[in-house]
Amino acid sequence: MNFPILSVITFLPFVSAVIMLLMPANRKNEIRGVALATATADLLLAGWLYLQYLTGGLTGYQFVETYNWLPALGISLKFGVDGMSAPLVLLTGIVMFTGVLISWGDYDEAHHLSAGIQDRPREFFAFLFLLAGGVFGVFVSLDLFMLFFFYEIAVFPMYLLIAIWGWVKTREYAAMKLTLYLFIGSVVALVGALVMYWTQYQNTGVLSFDMIQMESAGFSASFQYIWFLPVFLGFAVLGGIWPFHNWSPDGHVAAPTAVSMFHAGVLMKLGAFAALRVGVMLLPEGAKQWSWLIMTFAAIAVVYGAYIAFVQTDLKYMIGFSSVSHMGLVMLGVSTLNHNGLVGAGVQMFSHGVMTALFFAITGMIYDRSHTRQIPELGGIAKVMPFATIGFIIGGLVSMGMPGFSGFVAEFPIFMGVWGRQWFVAVIASISIIITAAYIMINIRKVFFSPMPENLQEHHIGDVTVLDKVAIATLCFCMIIIGIFPSVMVPMVERGVENILRLLGGA
Amino acid sequence: MFTPVLFASILPEILILILAVILLCVEPFWKEDQRRNAGWLTSGGLFLILIISLLFGQPGEPTSVFGGMIRFDWLGFFFKILFIFAAAVTALLLMDHEKAGQRGEAYVMLLASLLGMNLMAVSADLIMLYLAIETASIPLYILAGFLLADDRSTEAGFKYLLFGTLASTIMLYGFSLIFGFAGTTNIYQLSQLFASGGISVLLAFSVVALVLIGIGFKIAIVPFQFWAPDVYQGSPTPVAGFLSTASKAAGFAVIVRFFFVAFPDYAPSWTLVLAVLAAVTMTVGNLLALSQTNIKRLLAYSSIAHAGYALIGVVAFSQLGAASVVFYLAAYIATNLLAFGVVMAFSRVTGLEEITDYAGMSRRNPWLALMMLAAFLSLAGMPPFGGFVAKIFVFAAGVQANYTWLVIVGILNSIIGVYYYLNAMKFVYLYRMPNEDEENHPVPLTRPYAIALAVLVIGVILVGTVFAPWFSWSDAAALNLF
Repeated sequence: MNFPILSVITFLPFVSAVIMLLMPANRKNEIRGVALATATADLLLAGWLYLQYLTGGLTGYQFVETYNWLPALGISLKFGVDGMSAPLVLLTGIVMFTGVLISWGDYDEAHHLSAGIQDRPREFFAFLFLLAGGVFGVFVSLDLFMLFFFYEIAVFPMYLLIAIWGWVKTREYAAMKLTLYLFIGSVVALVGALVMYWTQYQNTGVLSFDMIQMESAGFSASFQYIWFLPVFLGFAVLGGIWPFHNWSPDGHVAAPTAVSMFHAGVLMKLGAFAALRVGVMLLPEGAKQWSWLIMTFAAIAVVYGAYIAFVQTDLKYMIGFSSVSHMGLVMLGVSTLNHNGLVGAGVQMFSHGVMTALFFAITGMIYDRSHTRQIPELGGIAKVMPFATIGFIIGGLVSMGMPGFSGFVAEFPIFMGVWGRQWFVAVIASISIIITAAYIMINIRKVFFSPMPENLQEHHIGDVTVLDKVAIATLCFCMIIIGIFPSVMVPMVERGVENILRLLGGA
Repeated sequence: MFTPVLFASILPEILILILAVILLCVEPFWKEDQRRNAGWLTSGGLFLILIISLLFGQPGEPTSVFGGMIRFDWLGFFFKILFIFAAAVTALLLMDHEKAGQRGEAYVMLLASLLGMNLMAVSADLIMLYLAIETASIPLYILAGFLLADDRSTEAGFKYLLFGTLASTIMLYGFSLIFGFAGTTNIYQLSQLFASGGISVLLAFSVVALVLIGIGFKIAIVPFQFWAPDVYQGSPTPVAGFLSTASKAAGFAVIVRFFFVAFPDYAPSWTLVLAVLAAVTMTVGNLLALSQTNIKRLLAYSSIAHAGYALIGVVAFSQLGAASVVFYLAAYIATNLLAFGVVMAFSRVTGLEEITDYAGMSRRNPWLALMMLAAFLSLAGMPPFGGFVAKIFVFAAGVQANYTWLVIVGILNSIIGVYYYLNAMKFVYLYRMPNEDEENHPVPLTRPYAIALAVLVIGVILVGTVFAPWFSWSDAAALNLF
């Protein structure tokens, strides 16, 4: 038997979390070391997996592992990746690695610099890794039961991470709101999944949660029409779909930096991915019938999110709403149900994950040093934090969809796909590009290049640490390499999309 | 005619009785400060009994023994194992209870009650069933009121006694009517008589309603739940834990056997009644839990709600339904004992029981806080803890039986549950003590607690991750009903 790489990737964070919890709480640096080692190992494994899939020219589900878990009910631990999920596994590895780096947390007396996580790092990293393990599990699960299992594991640590280490003013409210929204979404989808399970049993006599098997369960058109919306929207809540996006910016703002990165970078992809995998792929007829509604919601999210981001004065809220806008593009791509749109959605998930993780990382660095996130109170950061400035600008270019960066590779096919379905939706949604360019450029000028306000100068803002630089460089590298060489990702996503199109009947 | 099967069928009970007698004989000779060791004896003895029963007491084909008084099958056996486990853990938790733990009577009462519960799980005859229920209940009345100097405990004991006797009287009336109609007290012969249609549906139904009142009281479903919060709050905490887990599960053992075996033909009507009761129970339990400030009252209302979730499996009236109830109870027993164990460990040191008193607990004892987190997340139905899988099985059974509306009610309720469980955890992890000097107020665990809580937390995680073996046993138990 081959090396069970997917189980190793998924269960390594869990094992690491347990190990960290067993370590004495005051050995902070050793705990951080374990965290970094785990994250590095997971990143390398995920990278290896990605390269294997890409260079091997593989198609369909690969690296499949199956363990019978509860045969009586058809529950099995079945892992596998395809062209859609392999980039997301890599994304999770990247965000996990950079998240640990920027949470390292050291105290610099000379500069009054208190960055990262100082308070109970043991619990912080343990909960963060439970979250990461859950996320990996969802991306690689080919069993609906296990998908839910990991999905819920990914949800509850968020509450603790935000409530304990979050921003004092809003953390309790935001954490509870986020948890309840996501929990409601997931249980609604769960009812749909259970109904699908029994209907499959009635249709085919097969008692199984295996999603590949469920693809041929023969759900009737009316069944799909009824159950598509609960399943799709239940998951899409986590994808930040309008009008259920409300929890997301609040959660971003209240969360500590690494958790914001995870939240916007990976967790929202979880929702979009699960909505695609369970909603669209298992109920394709329903998807066709409801695609107009999803497209409407997504188009509103794209424009509305961008506009709200434009008027924000808090840097984190701005990024939070820009995430709503960009995730709207993912949903827009999904709703086209055609080749271009889906490919764009797949690349956008990766691109936005890296970009928004970078944004939140840099915002966190600025906040740690200046103790404010209010854009009017900031200025002149470029002089003191040049490296972070460059990173933020690159992120901004990606956000605007500038050619040469990953954002363009993602957004261009999405708009092509939308144009192929409804040209006026493409026109309306493209307004968001202008708004995005406006707020990104205005804010970069204000925060980084305007003269530094006096009260900020008193803080003696220093440059970012070496670990921060490694994190920024890693994230920037990903965005540029995809922008210049789209062939490192696009062909792979295309192979994943082929499978979806096959289920949609070659539409 | 004493055959090996007869012996095997009551093997655990014989051993429990022997243990109780040993305890009674030995304990008076111990010095005052050694009496706590009765807990080690009880708990160790029960774990030994557990192993012996698993090795030698396994049932084969379901058989009726002792003249049809006892049914020897997997359903009863699995419940017995659960009860013995719960009692063993409760004995450990009781040891360091300041007032109750030093007295041997408490452990003897616990064993006597356990004996009754074991018999409840296997009774195949109404007379046997009634005796078993009383044997299980009377020691619990005493245990609830065990703290004589504490008014609340006395009130709890007295209240439990009054409500309990009333409910069992009504149930006994129901039993006598059943005998009057059917001419037999054997549960396994009732179904034929009721199926033959010799008795009007309305009449049969009112008789069943009388029985349901008695059992509903045991499992604390609405509208028979009024005693639970007061009794849980007043009783010694380990006793409250035992009441809310083993005693409740015993009630479910009876409900499953009684309804599935004796009234399969009336299933469409009684499942509907139970479905309504389940929906009301979940909703009332959860809504009232929202406003609680005392942790024991919170757990009391939450345990009412959990009876409602478990009832979904009964309502489903299928093999999966029965299996999911049994599985649910296994997960619930471990989880709720863990929750009460944490509460006990905390209040033993601090003497406090308000939720606000838990502020800063994660800094006072990180391990205790993690265990509480495991218990509460499991109660809320989050993976990788037992509560998640258990809930999904119950819901799956409900959907299969076309009770989708009930499942939706259950799901809405579990959202409420998430809110108040996390709210309590907020105090543990987020808030701090008034002077932020948690390091000066540690919450040390004594050895019995460390053992009991570790066993429970491992159990909760095992049930939630490696669920195949537990489910196979639950399934084997359920198979005996059809």
